[in-house]
Amino acid sequence: MANLLPVVVLLPLVGAILTSLTTHLGPRRLTPLISTVTTALVLAAGCAVAFQVGSSGPLMLVLGGWETPVAIALMSDGFSAAMLLMTAGVGLVVCVFASATPEITGGYWFWPLWLFLLAGLNAVYVSADLFNTYVALELLTVAAVALVALGGRAALLPALRYLLIAVLGSLLFLLGVALVYAETGTLATFGAAEETTGGLVLLVALGVMTLGLAIKVALFPLHSWLPPAHAGAPAAVSPLMSALVIKAAFFVLARMWINLSQGSAPTELAYVLGAVGSVAALWGAALALRQSKLKRVVAYSTVAQVGYFFLLFPLVIAGDGAASALAWEGALVFLFAHGLAKAAMFMAAGSFAHAHGTDELEQLRGAAARMPVASMSMAIAGVSLAGLPPTLAFVGKWQLLHASIESGQWWWIPVLLIGGLLTFAYTARVLRILLDTEDADDQQAKVEQGKFTTVRTDYHPIPQRMQYPALLLAVLTIVLGLRSIDLTELLQAGAAMGGL
Amino acid sequence: MSRAELFIIVGVALFVFGAARMLLTGDLIRRVVALNVAGAGVFLILMSLATVRDASEPDPVLHALVLTGIVITVSITGFALALIRRIERTEIVRSGPRESDG
Repeated sequence: MANLLPVVVLLPLVGAILTSLTTHLGPRRLTPLISTVTTALVLAAGCAVAFQVGSSGPLMLVLGGWETPVAIALMSDGFSAAMLLMTAGVGLVVCVFASATPEITGGYWFWPLWLFLLAGLNAVYVSADLFNTYVALELLTVAAVALVALGGRAALLPALRYLLIAVLGSLLFLLGVALVYAETGTLATFGAAEETTGGLVLLVALGVMTLGLAIKVALFPLHSWLPPAHAGAPAAVSPLMSALVIKAAFFVLARMWINLSQGSAPTELAYVLGAVGSVAALWGAALALRQSKLKRVVAYSTVAQVGYFFLLFPLVIAGDGAASALAWEGALVFLFAHGLAKAAMFMAAGSFAHAHGTDELEQLRGAAARMPVASMSMAIAGVSLAGLPPTLAFVGKWQLLHASIESGQWWWIPVLLIGGLLTFAYTARVLRILLDTEDADDQQAKVEQGKFTTVRTDYHPIPQRMQYPALLLAVLTIVLGLRSIDLTELLQAGAAMGGL
Repeated sequence: MSRAELFIIVGVALFVFGAARMLLTGDLIRRVVALNVAGAGVFLILMSLATVRDASEPDPVLHALVLTGIVITVSITGFALALIRRIERTEIVRSGPRESDG
């Protein structure tokens, strides 16, 4: 079954080449179909990997029979299998959403680029080698930037800024990789942990890697590239960016911390990360409350949620055994929940923007009456992000709260609670505008008075296929919340190699 | 100070200056060049680290990494330049041919 590991990377690459050919030479109408089918096959392979990992522990494969450090080693534990599942699952739903109309994808090149992105993401998740992780991060950055650039003229400059800042982050990561190699003599992600003795070089290595990856996950105050890039991207691209691309860099960051710092973890640095994450969670949410455009609200919400992820570090590194394991599970469940909910939110936001030709919140007043399904998805996804029971994010947040108490780090509790309230606040603000029928009634009068000129004149109904994918993912956050035990078991299955 | 240490310091300086310039400059071409300078700094550090253990027999693995890194940097530079061309083309269309030399 370990042979499935290269499949999750190579299959999307083959699909990407095929779809590039059909897009360039024709017939173009085959492109979305091939891309969606490939994504479905990758999801099937991901399910098989997850099943295997869940039943018999981590999978490992060394390609071509070479020995380390020349070999390309692939590995999948519970954490990686869960990410494979989420990536292909969210990707497939977004594919269905994107196939509704070429206008929301920014052209047919979306399809090959998505498959390149999928290959890069999966390569990050199955790589057992630090340098291959670097290469995979670059592959996915290039694909992600190209996808953002599909958003037209206004998206070109944010795309370039994103490229430059992301490559700077990669260079920092590469520097850390080189230091780890110089210190331990191995590039294997898990081998390096055994060789390490802690010390200054390793601390510097971990520091530059953390800085580089924090840029890539847009941790406050390194987040300013994210909102223009994520909000400027086409409707079908934004969910991929916020739900999936951010996660890959965070995955690597979590791996580095858990594996490289065994026993000699720099707890002070972990507390700093937790503190910065707390500020990000509150500041991002406050900014989300002030945005006048819907996609910007959702993009700043990502900045806030990224802050939450960073509570993982103090709780896992500085906590003792049981509390640490609890925080690890909680944070990963939260990560998973965020992927589903944020994809749903961005798809709903994209639907509103597409139907109205703008995502200015003022212009969307009363839109719920016209687009009930998209509004419902937005509401459920928001409730899920805020972590209300019985959603999946609630399970994650509950475990984080529990871990805070167990490890005596009570100061994270207000952050978790206030952050949840703020999440609820900006969702409620958006919903209040969408549901504002009173205003919609005297819309006509106001237009006649000349107060509004452009409102709703360019509204046009959207295809069915654009409406239900967002609702599906939103509902999934609730269903999985009720079945979260399966996910937790999968995450525990890889614990043998996850360091915890 | 050994030669490797000297080169590591030069590499760190190149990276810091390149990164700072990349973050502080507005001009797009200059930013791409600065990013390349920062990249050269990182590669120099990698090359120096290869000779830290044994100066007469440098570590080939790190050299291979630098080679891959250079390929990636060249591709990304090309991609960035292509994006800049598009950005400047749309600016010319917007502002009219009169200001096209700006």
